[in-house]
Amino acid sequence: MPRIWKFGDSVNTDDILPGKFAPFMAGEDVFQTFAFHYIRPEFAAEVRPGDLLIGGKNWGLGSSREYAPAALKKLQVGGIIAPSFARIHYRNLLNLGIPAFEADLTGSLNDGDEVSLDIATGRLTRGSDVFQLPPAPEFLREALAEGSILAFFKKHGRFPGERNPGE
Amino acid sequence: MTLPALQPQTMAERILSMRGGKTVYAGDLAVVEVDQVMVVDSIAQSFIERMERDLAAVPKYPERVSIVIDHVAPASTVSVAQAQKEAREYAAATGVQLFDVGRGICHQVLMEEGLARPGWIVLGSDSHSTTYGAVAAFGTGMGATDIALAAASGKTWLRVPESVKVTFTGQLQPGVSAKDAALEMIRVLGADGATYQSVEMHAGDRFTRGERMTLANLCVEAGAKAGLVVPGGEILTDYGYDIPEWVYPQPGANYVREVVLDLDALRPRMSAPNEVDNVHDVAALSAELRGMHVDQVFIGTCTNGRIEDLREAAAVLKGRRVAPGTRLLIIPASSQVMEQAMEDGTLLTLQRAGAALGTPGCGPCMGRHQGVLAPGEVCVSTSNRNFIGRMGDKDARVYLASPAVAAATAVMGRIALPEDVLAVAGV
Repeated sequence: MPRIWKFGDSVNTDDILPGKFAPFMAGEDVFQTFAFHYIRPEFAAEVRPGDLLIGGKNWGLGSSREYAPAALKKLQVGGIIAPSFARIHYRNLLNLGIPAFEADLTGSLNDGDEVSLDIATGRLTRGSDVFQLPPAPEFLREALAEGSILAFFKKHGRFPGERNPGE
Repeated sequence: MTLPALQPQTMAERILSMRGGKTVYAGDLAVVEVDQVMVVDSIAQSFIERMERDLAAVPKYPERVSIVIDHVAPASTVSVAQAQKEAREYAAATGVQLFDVGRGICHQVLMEEGLARPGWIVLGSDSHSTTYGAVAAFGTGMGATDIALAAASGKTWLRVPESVKVTFTGQLQPGVSAKDAALEMIRVLGADGATYQSVEMHAGDRFTRGERMTLANLCVEAGAKAGLVVPGGEILTDYGYDIPEWVYPQPGANYVREVVLDLDALRPRMSAPNEVDNVHDVAALSAELRGMHVDQVFIGTCTNGRIEDLREAAAVLKGRRVAPGTRLLIIPASSQVMEQAMEDGTLLTLQRAGAALGTPGCGPCMGRHQGVLAPGEVCVSTSNRNFIGRMGDKDARVYLASPAVAAATAVMGRIALPEDVLAVAGV
């Protein structure tokens, strides 16, 4: 069962993956082993596929580095839940297809809690407790239906919300 | 071309309306033409992989794409050298512009090359791409996938941001700089105070282009999508920019928040570890902090590596020496800045004061090379982030300040104000 990894407010992209361990420095095959290297050094070795991260406000502030969420993707993190996300990081999560939900569960869930999450409905359960997560913003649902904005663009040759060429 | 405006618009709303060909307001989705896409060395391989493997595309407009080798320049390891080699080969094969080792930091280089102009949309694979707002370009940072989509399509999508209006009044006092104003702005807004928003700065004819870059640069530290400075002063007269009427905000536009910053009352500021909005008045720091030994002082980066900044530092360092036990690293933001500093003697002043000079580029800012910190070391830096482990070990501490405060600190070997140094006669 997926487990909860709980973080605080203002987890920045240097926390998620320090710049010195970027793929072009640490190596494309191993950079993900440095995820949360300074603030939770056990994370990369102990995280299991599907585990969920919950954090406080302003998750992902700082650098535009897509390799920070790419490290989490490689570790098969199942999703991130935080009351607010920094915008570049939020776009990166969308582009990599890592589910991101805007909700504050830091007061409700604890580190190590075993949970299950239905990505499509946003229904998170822990035993008999049910938490309903909010859906993605409306203008993104069109893209998410195709998997990601990149997948949408490849299929339609335009961005979600953009008029069709020639229209 | 004019578009019907139903109600007055902010600068962000006007620019995104014009460039998307549709009148938009905060909260709307805009798909806009992109004038310049900037790729830095650290994500070049990801960018190339997205273009070639995921999109099977080439840049739609190669002349609108730039690759800058700056984040680890020159290369520090074989893997970095390989990444940079691939970036050069990609540029040669596709015809995109390449700015190689030594040319300087991406944002400084694009500005010098005229690749960010009023009313332009400039996307960079670096969060400090808000810098282009200094010349009323809508500059914003994005990750490798978004950047590749923009290069492939010539467009990007943006949610039109709400705007925070920041009005500067009064004048900077001696020893106080645009960096102090920028840090004060971040203190007032908070590290998430402008998330998803545009910070629209009204400064009249105050601030040079370089100072406006410092202000716009730090807006991302409040979470902003863009940091737009209303054109005025030097950028109207000295750079030959064509400034369209539609970049100016309209009276009566809607702001989510309005802030007034009085420059007359502003004193030097310092951001203490480990968050950029942890901003303090240098003069009011505790005696313990003021007495702490500083191991390294770093003057440079996209925030403060311009000629104004080096001159500000040189004014404090002229005829003086860096304190024993303290290292002073100075890295000009670009080759052009380096040349200016050579021509006017600034570089000689800095060298004679005991500075170690580096190749134009990002330097140790994000902890990769050219001056990273050991456990327990303290650095006073003119850069933009003081996160845990940012410039080296997780137990090193980074304090952010202006070039003048950094220079004074180098002379004293502890956190100091310019007047502390200038009160003591030079040697």
